[in-house]
Amino acid sequence: MKRILIVGGGTGGTILANNLARRLRRELDGGQVAITMLSASARHMYQPGLLYVAFGKIAAADLYRDQESILDPAVRFHVDPAETFDLDHNEVKGKSGTVYGYDYLAICTGSRPVLAQVPGLTEAAHHVYTEEAALKTCEALRTFTGGRIAIVTGVPHKCPMVPLELTFMMYDYFKDRDLLDKVSFTYTYPIGRIHSLENVAKWAAPEFDRMGVRYETLFNAKEVDVAQKRVHSEEGTSIDFDLLISVPPHKGMEAVEQNKLGAGGFIPTNRTTLAMEGRQNVFVLGDTTNLPISKAGSTAHYEAEVLGENLARLATGGGAMRPYEGKVFCFIEAGRDRATYASFDYKNPPKPRPPTRAIHWFKLAYNELYWNSVRGLL
Amino acid sequence: MSDMKVVDARGSFCPGPLMELIAAMKVVGVGDELEVLSTDKGSAEDIPEWIKKVGHTLVSSVEEGGVYRLRVRKTK
Repeated sequence: MKRILIVGGGTGGTILANNLARRLRRELDGGQVAITMLSASARHMYQPGLLYVAFGKIAAADLYRDQESILDPAVRFHVDPAETFDLDHNEVKGKSGTVYGYDYLAICTGSRPVLAQVPGLTEAAHHVYTEEAALKTCEALRTFTGGRIAIVTGVPHKCPMVPLELTFMMYDYFKDRDLLDKVSFTYTYPIGRIHSLENVAKWAAPEFDRMGVRYETLFNAKEVDVAQKRVHSEEGTSIDFDLLISVPPHKGMEAVEQNKLGAGGFIPTNRTTLAMEGRQNVFVLGDTTNLPISKAGSTAHYEAEVLGENLARLATGGGAMRPYEGKVFCFIEAGRDRATYASFDYKNPPKPRPPTRAIHWFKLAYNELYWNSVRGLL
Repeated sequence: MSDMKVVDARGSFCPGPLMELIAAMKVVGVGDELEVLSTDKGSAEDIPEWIKKVGHTLVSSVEEGGVYRLRVRKTK
């Protein structure tokens, strides 16, 4: 029997498991293949929905489904977060103490915000990367009656559109409440333009100019003076604020770091095969890789589809492998009930179109369609 | 100085070579060198600008067959 072990029950892991179960139905029924998933939680969260929770547009409870309800019944699911990876002996030990052997391993444990990387950020900043933080942000926005809002972005971070989306959505939020004349926005970004994607930056800069959003580039937060409400950058500048909104720096999961699988918790990964560098039967998906592409659900989705096809071949005797070509697709909420999108890969840059209401409504529809997507039905 | 780490940001439109370098800088020690590989022409200007502004050291910058190789040293 070929044993496939998937560590992580987020977007990448779940799509991979369902993709494999569909491709290997006969082998699963015949006992030639087993698919096992380990996850830290019995519930699956639709993480992009947290942005909407922060603006009171989605209830936090609506972001969750039971993990088993979205998994193919043939997948053996355990709530048992991985703690020890013994790659030389093809074994992973869970928190429960159970040891899981494998022939093929997929690590897709994701990433986590680590505000402590910037002194003072934890105390001073709001963000939208956990349910608790999104709810606190919602309350902070609701009770904000005016002043200076600063937006700071750490590196690396999950979902590259969030800095822009937060800014556009805050602008609309305060406009709807007739508070725009009492609010100022200062948007900062780590590199020399206001978004990593050049075409997106070219589109967004005049939008910010129209909105009166001030922006400062080459700004990497070094520390926050909580008492003075001032954020200092590595580049030697500082910005005063009354409300600090952050896209915090991220790391991979602690177990990945503790097992020394990759610096910062991100595992060195081959960009086309998705194999962990130096290993032939270990693969990496989504935020967990060190690949130079967006940490986003769509990245994990496209990677999972490629890896599902390839792992199914490996488990049934081999054959030509399909390369992952760096495909990413991101919606961009652009304010005023409009949205656009960026689609790109290793060779082709995105060419975002002007935002439309239709794309915005499709994005809202996707917030529900996700559950079909992650099941492998879309 | 430890072994030089390579940041292979070829074909990276998002987050892009500079953002990859900023992230990589966090996990190396002072005195360590990094080599960034990029197919983005703008990197040859953006990366030196950031390095200078923050106070790290640009060791070298060359272009070979459409690939820019920028070697930097973490100095603080």
